[in-house]
Amino acid sequence: MSLLGAPEITEEGEFVINIGPQHPSTHGVLHLKVWLDGETIKKVQPHLGYIHRSIEKMSESLSYRNFIYATSRMDYISAHINNQACALAVEKGLQIEAPPRAQVIRVLLAELTRLSSHQLWWGCMGLDLGAVTPFFYAFRERELILAIMEETCGARLTQNFNVPGGIMYDIHPNFQSRVKDVMKQIKSKYQEYDDLLTGNVIFQQRTMGVGYLSPEDAISYGCTGPTARGSGVSCDIRKWFPYDGYEKLEFKEILETGGDCYARYLVRMAEMKQSVSIIEQLIDNIPDGDFQAKTKMVLKLPKGEFYQRVETARGELGVFIVSDGAASPYRIKYRSPNFSNLSALSTMAVGTKIGDLVAIMSTIDLIIPDVDR
Amino acid sequence: MSNEEIKQQVSAIFPNVTYDESGEFLNIVTTPEEFRALMETLRNSTEFSFDYLFCLTCIDWKTHLMMVYHLLSKKHRHNIVVKAKITDCNTPSINTICDIWQTANFHEREVYDLFGVKFINHPDMRRILLDEEWIGYPLRKNYTDENMISI
Repeated sequence: MSLLGAPEITEEGEFVINIGPQHPSTHGVLHLKVWLDGETIKKVQPHLGYIHRSIEKMSESLSYRNFIYATSRMDYISAHINNQACALAVEKGLQIEAPPRAQVIRVLLAELTRLSSHQLWWGCMGLDLGAVTPFFYAFRERELILAIMEETCGARLTQNFNVPGGIMYDIHPNFQSRVKDVMKQIKSKYQEYDDLLTGNVIFQQRTMGVGYLSPEDAISYGCTGPTARGSGVSCDIRKWFPYDGYEKLEFKEILETGGDCYARYLVRMAEMKQSVSIIEQLIDNIPDGDFQAKTKMVLKLPKGEFYQRVETARGELGVFIVSDGAASPYRIKYRSPNFSNLSALSTMAVGTKIGDLVAIMSTIDLIIPDVDR
Repeated sequence: MSNEEIKQQVSAIFPNVTYDESGEFLNIVTTPEEFRALMETLRNSTEFSFDYLFCLTCIDWKTHLMMVYHLLSKKHRHNIVVKAKITDCNTPSINTICDIWQTANFHEREVYDLFGVKFINHPDMRRILLDEEWIGYPLRKNYTDENMISI
């Protein structure tokens, strides 16, 4: 393998090139080895692990209160939802439930996180395909959400707001009014988003019919989130295995049957609207009461295995805790959505042109720290 | 299908498996020898049709290694966990299932990387997260590294 210098040519005359690990369109340090015949992709091999930080190993020596914060660094764009998954898993082991107020605030923040995550993706997707303007438009609205996060949670990205049994603090007094303002603004921008990218002819030509993923492959590769829903596979954990009161809310699971980049794009665009609708249902109905259940200072889970799955902005995140009765987990496995979604990249990319690879990677919405963990 | 029905049907074909129902899911514990046939049945039989492998991992219990497979059927909406007990901790190996569920390809490489379990007939048995020259398997309980500090 030649990492630098002259490209490798195989016996069949295929040209082997390396994309990454330092490449703007990989959104992190992902290294793809690509076999090309002319411009057509014959094979893609992802090389992972450039930012493997052994979060699973670290968690084995952290307490049940502390390990949650390590997961903010996995999928840092939807850190709140990662924390929520861990808090729920510990609650499952302790057989407690967060009070209704905490559940509603968790869901509100989770949907705000999903919105900000999808906005970041939308901006970057445009940027990847050569449209610079969407990036600024997306960040304009994302900034408003991050400001709310900062005011209530004290941090913009790694919120660390979930604790076993509820949330860390109560919401900021301005929270409700600010969220309502921001939702109004975001709703007025839908048309702008559609004008800029969705209806853009160049954009459509670069995404329609590109990177096809069949529903069978999507399930077999363990794809989840918008990546699988773009192929018509129902997999929304909020519907399948509801948690934190999602069963009481009215929202739709968005399914597209195209299976191409454009279908995955449409799923995420429609999901943003669903998130706004969830936030609007809840924002005036935050119940009064405690925001944290009473828990012991040192948490000890009973012997056993506990599995909790949640829907992050990218798909199904599973937290598998194995407890031997001690104050820290015996083993933790994070089933990250990106790790499985990335494994389907090769299937989507084979047969397309090299330029389409960027569009495909973009619509999987890769976050590399979540792949490497 | 309820847990009882799954147990009955599995026992009819594989009389040697044992069950554990203490947790959230029904656990089926099997041996590495019988494992591959059991997985094929669970995937291909129309009554089970476990088409979605949502988690694949390993646990080091010091005396043995336990492979853990979480399965879901999109059609019937039932979950189970299949466990395979590997008693040989020095040269652990088990059959691959990455031709049954494609997602197992990356996940098995991860288990090989961090636990050292070799997957027989896996098409690309290389480390996935760590460097090829890395010595040892970090998630094993007996793993030591001179640079490791406790926090």
